[in-house]
Amino acid sequence: MTHDTLTGGFTEAPQQSARAFRALMNALARPGSIEKITGASGPAPLSVAAATTLLTLCDGETPIHLAGDHDTDAIRQWIAFHIGAPIASRSEAMFALGTWQALTPITDFPIGTPEYPDRSATLIVEMDALSNIGATLRGPGIQTSAQLSLPETTAFQQNRLLFPMGVDCYFTSGTRIAALPRAIKVEAN
Amino acid sequence: MSDQAYNFAYLDEQTKRMIRRAILKGIAIPGYQVPFASREMPMPYGWGTGGVQVSAACLVPEDTMKVIDQGADDTTNAVSIRKFFENTAGVATTEKTREATVIQTRHRIPEEALTEDQILVYQVPIPEPLRFLEPRETETRKMHALEEYGLMHVKLYEDIAQHGNIATAYAYPVRVEGRYVMDPSPIPKFDNPKLEMAAIQLFGAGREQRIYAIPPYSKVVSLDFEDYPFEASKANHPCDLCGAEHTYLDEVIIDDEGGRMFVCSDTDYCGERQANGHRGRLSPEMEAAQ
Repeated sequence: MTHDTLTGGFTEAPQQSARAFRALMNALARPGSIEKITGASGPAPLSVAAATTLLTLCDGETPIHLAGDHDTDAIRQWIAFHIGAPIASRSEAMFALGTWQALTPITDFPIGTPEYPDRSATLIVEMDALSNIGATLRGPGIQTSAQLSLPETTAFQQNRLLFPMGVDCYFTSGTRIAALPRAIKVEAN
Repeated sequence: MSDQAYNFAYLDEQTKRMIRRAILKGIAIPGYQVPFASREMPMPYGWGTGGVQVSAACLVPEDTMKVIDQGADDTTNAVSIRKFFENTAGVATTEKTREATVIQTRHRIPEEALTEDQILVYQVPIPEPLRFLEPRETETRKMHALEEYGLMHVKLYEDIAQHGNIATAYAYPVRVEGRYVMDPSPIPKFDNPKLEMAAIQLFGAGREQRIYAIPPYSKVVSLDFEDYPFEASKANHPCDLCGAEHTYLDEVIIDDEGGRMFVCSDTDYCGERQANGHRGRLSPEMEAAQ
């Protein structure tokens, strides 16, 4: 099925984006928790979770980098119509979308500055599956520890060393989403 | 003009996206003040515009909202903000801490422990804890970047030198997750230990255009010295209406002869205790019995 550029947006933008943001906030504030996020759909291989995240957080002020198989004409046109965000290179992106393989090395993305650590990129990592089995997470938002099926651990350990700078990651699979903010310490199991 | 003339929760979608991005950065960097483009709200700066914008960006139609001002649900600021969201977001409102999913607060943390399903939004007047020590934003930003917080300890030390103890009683500075020194907004220092909680805490400063956050279960330490440890102080008195000895109290002048009473500042908590039969020195039944 070919996805129409003009469809797949929110039908009730204020309410749907509010619910989607609540899922994004809960996922980020409680690393390891897997939230359900729905409302939008884009052309393949864009997942519902990733499409809804883009639609909730991005607009003309947020350059997006499309990595690997996600850099298709269909997705570019879908973003142009629904979001209006400029497509950017890795070093200029505020958001980046792709599989983990396509996004690595993540050191190319903006990590902010010591004065403004918020001027950093948010990565949306498309995953085949998400589960609470995998690397151990510790840090703000987690009472003792949590587990999440991260694609690897070394890159996130190095990212943690940059704190308070660094990138924040969302992991999307179907309609599910989890997050790993930069402050979290990751241990391989 | 009908209610439909407003977007859900008053703000336009572009503004909400901008605020939401700032909130997420704030959660990712606990205690760091994220700049945001604060909007004009239909209330003056100083009346909670920062908190209102953060709440507006967080609310979903299914939410139940509670608004408190110094612990009370029935004061001007709390009533008007509650009405504002009833009208513009159509959300349910409550005075019960337990029933609320989003609580906007001015200068208090509710007595009842908050849960993982709740969000606490603070109204913040001056977000920069170092501002009264160093007025230049360029300098305070550098101090945060370099973790140069000696000046704050000098201020607390001068308190001790002048008053014999740390005299700062509200807006008592804290360090979040061992990194950023943060102003918890002008909550009494009695509330500081409660900053480590299960709920998400979001701070909005409208006039100063800053948003910051504390994720659930984050480590929040009140600054102090080994020989002058932090103390969560309150008036040494039980509540005169419900008899509670563990709550933060307001002092109320009740006549022109120096008469005064102490009552819980958290009206919902005090009311519930009274409904459960707890009585204080000035409760109607107690007076009748005397």
